Amino acid sequence: MEGDATAVICLRGTPVSPGLARGPLIIVADDTQSASREGGSAEEEAARMHAAIASASVELETLMERAGDDDAQTILAFQVAMLADPVVAEPAFAAIGRGDRAEDAWRATMRLQIRHYHEADDLYFRARASDLRDMRDRVLRKLNGVAATPIAPGSIVVATDLPPSRFLEIAWDGGGVALRHGSPNSHVAMLARSRGVPMLIGVEDADLCGHTEAIIDTDNAILVLSPDDKLAVDFASRQQGAEILRAEAERYLNVAAATANGERVQILINVADATELDAFDPAWCDGIGLVRTELMLRDANDVVSEEKQYQSYCRILRWANGRPVTIRTLDAGGDKPVAGYTIDGEANPFLGMRGLRLSLLHPEVFITQLRALARAALLGPLKIMVPMVTSPRELDRAGALLDGAVAALRRQGIGCARPELGMMVEVPAAALAIDLFEADFLSIGSNDLIQYVTASSRDSSPLAPLQDPLQPAVLRLIREVVQRAEAQGISVSLCGDMASDVRCIPALLGVGLRSLSVAPSAVARVKAAIARYRVNEPKE
Amino acid sequence: MTSESMNVGALPRARSCAVLTHEGGLHARPAIKLTQLAKRFESAVWIALAEQGPWTDAKSIARVMAMKTPHMATLYFVAEGEDADAATSALANLVESDFADDDNGR
Repeated sequence: MEGDATAVICLRGTPVSPGLARGPLIIVADDTQSASREGGSAEEEAARMHAAIASASVELETLMERAGDDDAQTILAFQVAMLADPVVAEPAFAAIGRGDRAEDAWRATMRLQIRHYHEADDLYFRARASDLRDMRDRVLRKLNGVAATPIAPGSIVVATDLPPSRFLEIAWDGGGVALRHGSPNSHVAMLARSRGVPMLIGVEDADLCGHTEAIIDTDNAILVLSPDDKLAVDFASRQQGAEILRAEAERYLNVAAATANGERVQILINVADATELDAFDPAWCDGIGLVRTELMLRDANDVVSEEKQYQSYCRILRWANGRPVTIRTLDAGGDKPVAGYTIDGEANPFLGMRGLRLSLLHPEVFITQLRALARAALLGPLKIMVPMVTSPRELDRAGALLDGAVAALRRQGIGCARPELGMMVEVPAAALAIDLFEADFLSIGSNDLIQYVTASSRDSSPLAPLQDPLQPAVLRLIREVVQRAEAQGISVSLCGDMASDVRCIPALLGVGLRSLSVAPSAVARVKAAIARYRVNEPKE
Repeated sequence: MTSESMNVGALPRARSCAVLTHEGGLHARPAIKLTQLAKRFESAVWIALAEQGPWTDAKSIARVMAMKTPHMATLYFVAEGEDADAATSALANLVESDFADDDNGR
């Protein structure tokens, strides 16, 4: 392969931010190695240290000014604040006083602090280790007097890892990133997603010498070096196709969803954290079909207080501004264990204590949540949805607890309203006998429904072919639920991944669904898919 | 939140405490706000996770972050100086309001 720079190489990676990108290849090597150098006097070394910190701070502040979004600003503000804190460099200056070179003193000081974060139990604090490495390297480059590798706009950047502040320095303009290491939860992955920069992590190692051009293709999870004409043409046509689809979808974002022959479809969104709503205009949807509340319980000793829950529900209702908001009560268990709350050591947690079953086992936690929800219901059309309902008795018990919570609030003179109480339809026993449940509304949880109907675990990839959402067994069951709900005059929606998958839209509309709850990022494309569908046409 | 003034020795001294309801704990964003607020006061200000300390300089982001304070911890503040009272109540207010300000603490 020596010298043959035109040979195509395809390297596999894991996509963490979707897209297609093609551009000049830039390899970012570790540029923080210090050259061997005689140290100066302690005063000279201390002055170099001060100057490097000051100059790194100025760069970070400039970046911060143009960072634009809140996440990027926090990442940079943390580094700026750390560099401004004399405590950070104190041990380095002490070592310089003992005769160390500035770069060695800085490395040793930062090594200890990075390790301190790296050893944290809490994932958030552990992730700060990478911010400190980023900060360490910027100061080291200043000490070494080297500028960071310049990166032209639109480049395909290949590196072992890319620190967030480096990412923010680059004008991406259609470029992309491929990292040999990296994690989907890293700051740089998050930034790539929010800025629409295609990114692969865990890319295979290879000799990149001689290659000058590359393609990142997250559809196929590959980095292509020196693409030949055939690959380049294929890429260009796919990129054009993707661009047309994206532009088309954007046109639908602002418009109420309707089929090709004008039948209105309600589009709701799924939300796990109120901060997701910051970037989403409520006018783009008809309300919220699923608010997950699992974030409120970390362990049994750490239940978010009624007051705190009340405030976060109020924030969501104020955002919705009169649109309906369906909040699901705590859905722990299964793949979401909570220490001291869920049951340890169950042989099959998906068939064990989860969802409403656990809420009825821990009524004190459940009642706290019901109280907060009933209070927030004064602000708008809030609906309560309980997960994993199997028998009508469970729903009746939840209803009795809700009535009790409302009565207790009224006795205490606390303002509240009794919200509608609906259920997730995800257990086949409930789906098959849905007319026996006295629910105010239904929402089909297709992810669990498919898992239970096909008796195949969601987290098993060899079983994935059995879990085709479009198979007749699943669609017949959904149709059954939709028809029964219509006959009884109660509303029904679907909030699983199927609703966000444009391939499933014709089938879901075909079985009669007229309300879908989707991921915020899927709203535009789902509306576009609905607009392509003509009711009463033979199914696609 | 509780707050009290004391007058031990030459300089005024004050204490306060507040429960950290911020989701996830004392992360970078709230920690930056907390240290920036502490630095606005002339008084020396300390922060701790227990009433008896150990005490940490509340003006140092490195030291405050290193506490790795979890969600729902009680934070104790002590200040010593002419504006000690104002400092401890401002800090407790900041924590209690979930770091709310012009941008809602996010």
